Amino acid sequence: MMKYDVKDCKLLQKRELAKDIFDFVVEAPDFAAAAQAGQFAHIYVPGKTLRRPISICGVDRAAGTLRFVFQIRGEGTRMLAGLEEGATLDILAPLGHGFVLGDCSRKAVFVGGGIGVPPLLEASKAFGKNATAVLGFRNRDAVILEEDFRANGCEVRIATDDGSMGHHGLVTDCLKDLDFDVLFACGPTPMLKAVCAVAKERGVECQISLEERMACGIGACLGCACKLLADGREYFGHVCKDGPVFPYQNVVLD
Amino acid sequence: MADLQVKIAGVAFENPLIAASGTFGFGREYQEFYPLSTLGGISCKGITLQERPGNPPPRIAETPSGMLNSVGLQNPGVDHFIEEDLPRLKQQGTVVIANIAGNTQQDYCRMAEKLSESDVDMVELNISCPNVKHGGVAFGTSCASVEEITVAVRKYCRKPLIVKLSPNVADIGEIAAAAEAGGADAISLINTLTGMRIDIRTRRPILRNNTGGLSGPAVFPVAVRMVWQAAQRVKVPVIGLGGISTWQDAVEMLLAGASALQIGTVLFTDPYAPIKILDGLNRYLDENHIASVTELTGAVCAY
Repeated sequence: MMKYDVKDCKLLQKRELAKDIFDFVVEAPDFAAAAQAGQFAHIYVPGKTLRRPISICGVDRAAGTLRFVFQIRGEGTRMLAGLEEGATLDILAPLGHGFVLGDCSRKAVFVGGGIGVPPLLEASKAFGKNATAVLGFRNRDAVILEEDFRANGCEVRIATDDGSMGHHGLVTDCLKDLDFDVLFACGPTPMLKAVCAVAKERGVECQISLEERMACGIGACLGCACKLLADGREYFGHVCKDGPVFPYQNVVLD
Repeated sequence: MADLQVKIAGVAFENPLIAASGTFGFGREYQEFYPLSTLGGISCKGITLQERPGNPPPRIAETPSGMLNSVGLQNPGVDHFIEEDLPRLKQQGTVVIANIAGNTQQDYCRMAEKLSESDVDMVELNISCPNVKHGGVAFGTSCASVEEITVAVRKYCRKPLIVKLSPNVADIGEIAAAAEAGGADAISLINTLTGMRIDIRTRRPILRNNTGGLSGPAVFPVAVRMVWQAAQRVKVPVIGLGGISTWQDAVEMLLAGASALQIGTVLFTDPYAPIKILDGLNRYLDENHIASVTELTGAVCAY
């Protein structure tokens, strides 16, 4: 099986899901055959020294496609978002360790914040109706992928910072009355900390997906360091190779 | 097809392209793309006497035509390298160069001693790392200290010794001459230029270390100039690096005076860059009826 490689992939479909948030479907049969939920791709931007690490939002093995949902964060992602259908993307994938799904008959909750929502979608498919997606956004205009999680069979709860949709407040408020065996989370660090606290309190398994400024994407340059814990000792691991998904008890969130 | 072989300090390289230290780890990750024998050599991730945890993140910041890094020599230590990485690397059909960095002169000597007992092909003395508090670049910025540490390490190093120079100096020619006088068998340059980026929203530096080392196409013209100046001052071979991204850059660096080349940051842009650079270099040599790549070294017709 292919571990990872660079391939030219055709952009088949492009949509803007919310302001500055784009949804790409690319033709990538080899990547689709190998990719796991929670892994990422490193996408070349013409003229830029560094590739952009973008999480894999969907894998369609039958169609041979990958789906990426990303936000314009700077010049590089703005250039990517400017590509038109039919364009070619130079993609290094599939990278990193994704979610370890385990027994999918367990009750799972997927907790996502903002642009941390897309990496969770593919994993939620495996749990279907056994999963609840708790998705947090700034406001109703920023809400993405709600229907996609529903289409996967999940119950969906929305929280917004301003109360313009769903629960007015934090995603962790929405966990209080839920019963679950495993948490999967991706989002801003304060949200991850709160989710990890819930996991600890309930004594349930919890996997979190991290991001960091990245260079090589494959574990050679040691750029994307993150603080990890093993046998009570802190050390710097790397998001690209050791992650991006980690068991929460192995991560030190600063 | 032209002859791409080069010889540096008695060591034969199948081609002049060497992976630059710090960008290639110990080769494991890039082996997924192509055999390591694609490259003439590998300068391994900088190693220290003891394991080093490296600097806190963020360690990477993109810049116009380049990037800053402040990895801070995260590595498992020289013993781990000799026991775990070297045996595998020695089977790959490429020249293996150990890049060593230390806090003290004693550290460097101790590592040189250990590596002299090993199967490593060459030692590259890293006195130019800008990302560690003690040692590193401190050894590389004055002629006296460059010569002193080279002399000291030379005594313990029974492998061909490359001294890797910092560009953060006033006169690179003087520094190159000092390394040669100290007993270097070859010099390599340039390491990264010290740089900084600031997030204007948070008023915080992007790098947790505040400053870092600039690499990539942005530093290429500086590297060409410094290789040109250094090559004129020394008789030992010069290994040119700093922002080489294309085969045209490779030719340019050879013309400036380099006998071999290291490539680093371009691997992050395109892991297959070595193959593309070698193909282009081969074509250029054939089209210009140049029998050996060595004919390009220092062949610039300077004014």
